[in-house]
Amino acid sequence: MKRYVYINDNESSHELYCDNRISNRKYTVLNFLPKNLWEQFSRFMNQYFLLIACLQLWSLITPVNPASTWGPLIFIFAVSASKEAWDDYNRYLSDKKANEKLVWVVRQGIRKHIQAQDIHVGNIVWLRENDEVPCDLVLIGTSDPQGLCYVETAALDGETDLKTRVIPSACMGIDFELLHKIKGVIECPNPDKDITRFDANLRLFPPFIDNDVCPLTIKNTILQSCYLRNTEWACGVAVYTGNETKLGMSRGIPEPKLTAMDAMIDKLTGAIFVFQIVVVMVLGIAGNVWKDTEARKQWYVQYPIEGPWYELLVIPLRFELLCSIMIPISIKVSLDLVKSLYAKFIDWDAEMIDYETGIPSHATNTAISEDLGQVEYIMTDKTGTLTENRMIFRRCCISGVFYGNESGDALKDTKLLNAVAGSSPDVVQFLTVMAICNTVVPIKSKTGAISYKAQSQDEDALVNAAAQLHMVYANKNANILEIRFNGSVIKYEVLEILEFTSDRKRMSVVVKDCQNGKIVLLSKGADEAILPFAYVGQQTRTFIEAVEQYAQLGLRTLCLACRELREDEYQEWSLLFKEASSTLVDREWRIAEVCQRLEHDFEVLGVTAIEDRLQDGVPETIETLRKAGINFWMLTGDKQNTAIQIALSCNFISPEPKGQLLLIDGKTEDEVCRSLERVLLTMRITSSEPKDVAFVVDGWALEIALKHYRKAFTELAILSRTAICCRVTPSQKAQLVELLKSCDYRTLAIGDGGNDVRMIQQADIGVGISGREGLQAARAADYSIGKFRFLKRLILVHGRYSYNRTAFLSQYSFYKSLVICFIQIFFSFISGVSGTSLFNSVSLMAYNVFYTSIPVLVSVLDKDLSEGTVMQHPQILFYCQAGRFTVSPPFLAFFLLYNRASESEYICWMVWSIFVPCNCCVCDHHTCLCLREK
Amino acid sequence: MDTDRERHRARETAFYLFTQQSLPACKPVLTPGWVIAIFLFMGVIFIPVGLISLRASHCVVEIVDRYDIDCVPEPSRMDKVSYIQDDSIPKNCSHFMKPVPPITWKVSCISPYAEPYTFSSAVITRHYTAVKTATEYVKSRSDKQLLDGQKYHDTSSCQPVESNNNRPIVPCGLIAWSLFNDTFEFIREGAELKVNRKNIAWKSDRGHKFGKNVYPFNFQNGTLIGGGKLNPEIPLSDQEDLIVWMRTSALPSFRKLYGRIEEDLDVDDVVVVNLMNNYNTYSFGGKKKLVLSTSSWLGGKNDFLGHACVFVGCSSLTLAIIFMLLHVKYRRPYGDMSYLPWNRKSFSG
Repeated sequence: MKRYVYINDNESSHELYCDNRISNRKYTVLNFLPKNLWEQFSRFMNQYFLLIACLQLWSLITPVNPASTWGPLIFIFAVSASKEAWDDYNRYLSDKKANEKLVWVVRQGIRKHIQAQDIHVGNIVWLRENDEVPCDLVLIGTSDPQGLCYVETAALDGETDLKTRVIPSACMGIDFELLHKIKGVIECPNPDKDITRFDANLRLFPPFIDNDVCPLTIKNTILQSCYLRNTEWACGVAVYTGNETKLGMSRGIPEPKLTAMDAMIDKLTGAIFVFQIVVVMVLGIAGNVWKDTEARKQWYVQYPIEGPWYELLVIPLRFELLCSIMIPISIKVSLDLVKSLYAKFIDWDAEMIDYETGIPSHATNTAISEDLGQVEYIMTDKTGTLTENRMIFRRCCISGVFYGNESGDALKDTKLLNAVAGSSPDVVQFLTVMAICNTVVPIKSKTGAISYKAQSQDEDALVNAAAQLHMVYANKNANILEIRFNGSVIKYEVLEILEFTSDRKRMSVVVKDCQNGKIVLLSKGADEAILPFAYVGQQTRTFIEAVEQYAQLGLRTLCLACRELREDEYQEWSLLFKEASSTLVDREWRIAEVCQRLEHDFEVLGVTAIEDRLQDGVPETIETLRKAGINFWMLTGDKQNTAIQIALSCNFISPEPKGQLLLIDGKTEDEVCRSLERVLLTMRITSSEPKDVAFVVDGWALEIALKHYRKAFTELAILSRTAICCRVTPSQKAQLVELLKSCDYRTLAIGDGGNDVRMIQQADIGVGISGREGLQAARAADYSIGKFRFLKRLILVHGRYSYNRTAFLSQYSFYKSLVICFIQIFFSFISGVSGTSLFNSVSLMAYNVFYTSIPVLVSVLDKDLSEGTVMQHPQILFYCQAGRFTVSPPFLAFFLLYNRASESEYICWMVWSIFVPCNCCVCDHHTCLCLREK
Repeated sequence: MDTDRERHRARETAFYLFTQQSLPACKPVLTPGWVIAIFLFMGVIFIPVGLISLRASHCVVEIVDRYDIDCVPEPSRMDKVSYIQDDSIPKNCSHFMKPVPPITWKVSCISPYAEPYTFSSAVITRHYTAVKTATEYVKSRSDKQLLDGQKYHDTSSCQPVESNNNRPIVPCGLIAWSLFNDTFEFIREGAELKVNRKNIAWKSDRGHKFGKNVYPFNFQNGTLIGGGKLNPEIPLSDQEDLIVWMRTSALPSFRKLYGRIEEDLDVDDVVVVNLMNNYNTYSFGGKKKLVLSTSSWLGGKNDFLGHACVFVGCSSLTLAIIFMLLHVKYRRPYGDMSYLPWNRKSFSG
């Protein structure tokens, strides 16, 4: 399905597409009550309580006052409904603010100031600097003569750097005044939530004739909620409006996560319900038999001889009402209450504030704190999670010469400095690639200092390093780049940018030297994406060695390469590229294919090595958590050697004699199968030895293993306490989490970047590190923390306490309900099985609320052990993981009932024995008090 | 400096401590010493308390006399129900009660109770399955009407004894309708023994739950007469028999206070009880008993409290001794890390 947007056509699209009214509201004033009630009543527990409450309205069968159920029920509903209403009202207010914001829109050829909600698809919207974008726009003009503008997309993807956006080539050079009158059609896909793709075409109508269909990409759009920066003005055509924008579409409600404890409580509730039905049936039958045989003789009750048709139902229903108390109505409220307090404790914790950035920890999901205490597997990302993600250029290898090996810092290596000063051509070429083969935007401040806005930390490190080596990337003016080197200015024209994708693992730019007109392809990428494509005859051995050497030091490597292109070769390819870029289907794949045609026969220039330091406290945290019986898996997109190196340096795996690394590799199914079996065998043998065995697998082998040998791999996953998965894609990360979850393990995924989002959402608990790669992960996560080391406190302190407290609270809730219920049941044996309540309604309600619910809430402050003790002996966590309180449901139910039964029997017996022989005691229906003579 | 101090002060506030979960708390550790001490203490407290209660209970003299069978004349014993339901037969009956002290009496209470003792009398009926039985019965009353009388109209809970001849019944409901109506007269040595029938109901009931201006109305006027009738001249708050009756019991067998004998009875005295055996317990196999009992500071005769206290005390003492022995035998230093389960595991394996 496609959408045709007619630019500046005021009427035609009005009915077809919605206006720009943003609505995040779940309810309206009218449908709030029914909709909210419907939602609440879709829960089994609530249905049950409603049924009970309704039955209680029938005065014939109710042993207690209906208020004792209606009261709490209405209270619970009122609390959750008002919470919903409050949230919804706030959403309404923020929507209203956004909807009523005034924007400049072209109407009948004149620019008008109208409310944002009145924008329609096809309208031309004008924005000034620092304006928020009201809907998804296709750029058609900016103040920049080259048609560039800068946007900040922080609200969309959490990345704080500026992104460049450019107007489509067809709109290039249209006069400022004429933009009001522009007509045309944009052919674009139906709204979707992919914020990285916009595969559309633009065709302008006369007089703006341009025969070509102009391809549009995400680069030609500015999306809702972004901010226009560093650009005086920009204007664009609204293509998606209201809730159909990319932001609006991606604003889904994630599926709520259930904790193990919740599932347990649900099961227990079910078990008790079944038990209750049995009790009701047995007692109901007994009651009816009793009534027919004995009770008729009791003249004082005046039983009618012939009762109504429902007579037989009365006693069972009465027992049902009497036993309804078995399922504690208060448990949901109390649990919600204490859980939100756990979350607050996490937010408040002064020891989990990242003082470098001042970001406190935050619990987005308030409902799953106790799961933290039951974590068994932690899947962690490497870059930015274990490491700081602050890239520093450390070493390089240019044409076989190693720089920076002695001092550990190439920037201080006199050899390299001399080579730069001497303008050695290899080095100059290398530095040029470092400086311009990227998507960095240089921004000149008023003092003349240049700062760089880069999307990737690696590019930032390379450009900065190049600048320090006197190759300064000074200015970018549309397609013209300016580089200052040793005092001279070199200009390049950027012809194409072949962007980085995780499949291609490299990025390239095609530039034209403005001095001599030579066209050059500059590439940088992972070693396996560059080195195999070196031209025939080039010796790449030193580079391979360099890559290995650097990887062993835990450095990130990139290979730089270039190739001179012939004019005709470029022209020919350029057409193909243009065509691929304007396809609507499979565009990414097509582009990759076309790029492949250009990216070969490289002249490899050298290898760069970038250091990414470990965060503070990472080794200690991992060691402590491993002692607590938590297994660690590292899932990284990085190279195997780098991953292993980092793993060694952060206690992830032990070095040789104590630890052992098993490799699973292979390119074909057979190879992978063999190596998998070998590893599995070793693993089985060594599982009894106190030896740290870990396996390493790369993305390729993992793909095969998951596809064809899932069973063997699952067994391996269960056996192995540690694993390193390198070169894995985001979806593989999520698959691995899924795999462990399917083995009934509690998993926690921690990561910081957009590539971890899927894994974080998939895991039982997702933890995001609000790091340098943006806030994407932190937003998708259930918990966001500033540093990896806070994970220790999050799990051992908050997780453990929450678990213990919730376990106590839920057990107690069931316990107290069962106790009072069993008293009632036993009482029925001495009250002629007629379903009479021993307690009056007020006492029952007071028992449930004042005596047993509110005081117990204090347990939310209970600490069984001090924080220090838990940190010192993390093994204690084992009791939580094993689910001390969560024995298998049927057994637990039996256990609970058995224990409670004997207890209430005792209480009942006690009541009896006190009062039966009690002289001169007036034993009362409500309370039993002794009346004494004076 | 100032901000530093302020921040410091802020850290000390209770709320900050609460947010950091570090409010001051007492964290007692149940060391063996403490446990033994607590159990010993419980034993020392509970055993004497139990003994004192037992003694008090044993000093109460209680004579229980079942009269429901004896009061039916020999020829009618085959069909007691028709006897009791036949209004034409007088239900008079005489019984003898001799307050012979039980044997234990002499052992346990030597000096203070050798004096002639005061008896109070209580009526005890025993219903086999109690009045309490059915929800229909216990709910068949209107507390509001008892307080406000006919002014209160919503007496639907009183079904099926709500109204008669379209006029409301006060007091309504099955409980009031089935009011106990056996009467007793006590004679000692030919002279009537005065029984005080005042102040037998709870003061709070008389004062707050039964109306001072509410008079019985249209009561027991229906075709089916349940139990006793009420004097329509006396307000409900003074109808103490009714008030006592309206407090239904929780258990099938129960005692209701009838009155107090405020004279001393001697050990050899014989009390003759002239009673009207009106109330029908025969149809459902209930029993009726008359109990004469003295009272102590603890109330009537009730050994349970004493037994329970002695039992708790003894078991606490036993536990204390067991724990003490265990502690002496398997003594171990407090806070020894090597006993932690994971440390122990590594020793064995």
